[in-house]
Amino acid sequence: MEPLLIGRYAEIALKGGNRADFERALARAARRLLPGGSRVELRGSRLLARLPAGLPAEAGLAALRRCFGLVRIEPSWRLPCPADLADITGEAVAAARRAAQAGASSFKIDARRADKTFPLTSPELNRSLGAAVAAATGLRVDVHHPDVAIGVDVRDDAVYVSGAGVPGPGGLPTGSAGRAMALLSGGIDSPVAAYLAAKRGCRLSAAYFHTPPYTGEGTRQKVEDLAAALARYTGDVRLWIVPFTAAQLAVQRAVPEPLRTLVVRRLMVRIAEGLCRRDRAGALVTGDSLGQVASQTLESLAAVGEVADLPLLRPLVGADKVEIVAVARRIGTYDISIRPFDDCCTVFAPQRPRTRPTRLEVRDAEAALGAGAAALVADAVAGSQRLRVTPDGVATDAPTAPGEAGAGEVPAAGAGDVARRG
Amino acid sequence: MALRAYLDNASTTRVLPEAAAAALAAMGAGPDGPADGAYANPSSVHRWGVAAAAAMDGARRAVAALLGAAPAEIVFTSGGTEGNHLAVLGAARAARRRGRHIVTTAIEHRSILNAVAALEQEGWEVTRLGVGSDGRVSPEAVLAAVRPDTALCAVGHVNNEIGSVQPVARIAEGLGRAGVPLHVDGVQALGKVPTPYTAWGVRFAALSAHKIGGPKGAGALFVARGARIVPPVAGEQESGLRPGTENVPGIAAFGAAARAAAGDDGRLRRLKLRLVEGLRAALPGLEVNGPDPADAEASAPHIVHLSFARAAPGIPAEVLLHAFEAEGVACSAGSACTARRPEPSHVLAALGLPAPRLRGSLRFSLGPSTQAGEIEYAVAALPAAVARLRAETAGSALGR
Repeated sequence: MEPLLIGRYAEIALKGGNRADFERALARAARRLLPGGSRVELRGSRLLARLPAGLPAEAGLAALRRCFGLVRIEPSWRLPCPADLADITGEAVAAARRAAQAGASSFKIDARRADKTFPLTSPELNRSLGAAVAAATGLRVDVHHPDVAIGVDVRDDAVYVSGAGVPGPGGLPTGSAGRAMALLSGGIDSPVAAYLAAKRGCRLSAAYFHTPPYTGEGTRQKVEDLAAALARYTGDVRLWIVPFTAAQLAVQRAVPEPLRTLVVRRLMVRIAEGLCRRDRAGALVTGDSLGQVASQTLESLAAVGEVADLPLLRPLVGADKVEIVAVARRIGTYDISIRPFDDCCTVFAPQRPRTRPTRLEVRDAEAALGAGAAALVADAVAGSQRLRVTPDGVATDAPTAPGEAGAGEVPAAGAGDVARRG
Repeated sequence: MALRAYLDNASTTRVLPEAAAAALAAMGAGPDGPADGAYANPSSVHRWGVAAAAAMDGARRAVAALLGAAPAEIVFTSGGTEGNHLAVLGAARAARRRGRHIVTTAIEHRSILNAVAALEQEGWEVTRLGVGSDGRVSPEAVLAAVRPDTALCAVGHVNNEIGSVQPVARIAEGLGRAGVPLHVDGVQALGKVPTPYTAWGVRFAALSAHKIGGPKGAGALFVARGARIVPPVAGEQESGLRPGTENVPGIAAFGAAARAAAGDDGRLRRLKLRLVEGLRAALPGLEVNGPDPADAEASAPHIVHLSFARAAPGIPAEVLLHAFEAEGVACSAGSACTARRPEPSHVLAALGLPAPRLRGSLRFSLGPSTQAGEIEYAVAALPAAVARLRAETAGSALGR
């Protein structure tokens, strides 16, 4: 009998020809998140993870709960074949006892006989094990709404018995959808948007627009900490520190006050696109939620979004603030986001911003920058510093030559090929 | 950016070389190495333990001397906040038979505010006295607030944000006649203004090492002979007032810093006045929040709070702070203990200053390590930074 963790995935199993790619990405992501020395394999639409001897299952459970692509993680026990009914019953009873200790009062057996040479059919196994577990533990059988479903998976090499599982984060494995560039402000929304994009399989780059002296080192540290919180799900995040003071001040000088925020955001999008080219990222991600503030009306979104060539993803467009906050709390970014440090948006916020601008008037307002706009964007892109932020919050310089992608990246974490196929 | 002028000494000071040396020695890393046994536990009965206890008593004498107190009246703590909590909560509880009323001021440090608020939660009544535009409370107002059921009065000697000095001698004298014990938050006063607390009849005083060139994590509470405290956590060390093996390296360093603090001769005030006058000359419209910096009775020698609201209109304090930081000058928006809170400081609010003036105000504070060269650097660099900010933001939302 050997303990292991079984991760179940649902959506990946629906994929057709790409399925193997997705499964490889899932195994890679799981290996990266699990404690060093863990072994990961895929078998029969399950991810099997074995921790190094001596580590409690909780350590692996916590890691796999951050592994996109998994919908459920179940602590399990493997009985090597030949296993007879008595062995299986013993493990099922043990699993039920553990569930009872954790507060379960009803159960069902969810048996699956893939090895058709096993003498009992699946329904026969359910009945036999159900009766034995009920008799041994006093738990009530409830096939519709059990507190715990005890899985019994009879395969030709081994039998797997699993106890009460925990939900995984869902989504698709990191790296299966390529790379996206999230605009991180230090607020509550943008890290949640980045998380949701990452959940659908994107590796993450992030751009932070640093505006000294109007924003301080505290804000920059906050963004590094947010990137680290996201890296706990996706692996290392590439964080770009964009020198933005010159662009911000140029807008303050040249652009009429009600339209300044929108012109600033257009510059940010252009700069982020420039960084996408340096990082081979295929999309931008912002924390816009429709109607939340003046720059998030449909008209404002249109006026900003029109400068983007790449898809501009807005995962929060339909989310209310309470929903965003709930996700932020769950993924651990909320407490970082609410640290009271200045961000440039509040420092430079116009007193009366336009809420329903036309695209034309925003273009005209931006034209006040003249030919300087392109130079501001180019300078900001060229002057940006790339950091690699690990899940432990360690940020190190990760320089890259212009046009070169993937410099310094850990090979196992590289997802370029998968990204293009996916 | 390298640090060129550290003007945030009211937040914390650089540890003086002699204090650092004392701490190293008490960690067994002194010039003679570990053989002198100076790292021993002061409760141990062997000779090295006895020597460690003696070293602590040396520090106790040095700190006591600054207050004119007896060494036995000094209880070492982890710092100013613990001292304030221990005194306010412990002295109030010890005096509860007299009543459950406390007198304090509206401009106290957060550690006093929090301790008083905790008592209020328990049903105590609190009188919080307002201050004048100079940040000072009148002794008459304190005495007028005393009631038959007043158990304690708690007053900060030197305010940590604006440097106003309270008339502690006169307050203590009046309270002594009324039989009400006075606790003084002496954290910013120690080594900067005279602190003859024993002679004045002060009953309790909280002190901190790291404001006078000692390390963080060490402090003291002065408990006058006969004054009573009911400690919230019972212990066996420090006269039974606190638990845990003593922080001997921190205490030894505190003692060394206290010895060094014994003789300031007006140097800090001269430097502060040079800073204020130099900045005023270059920045028309610069204003002082709180007491007149030249008034030695009302203003501490090392803290000045300046408003740039007219010298740099519309520019918030944090932006000024970061611009000065970019020049290598460290100062503070509010006090560091509250600087990360967005709301305006309760101290400035109590001065009755208009909101725009509050938003553009910064604290500059000097300490034992401050050099004249730092002041001259700041006098040159800050006006240049302000001019640059004004030019950058002209016509912007900020430059309004």
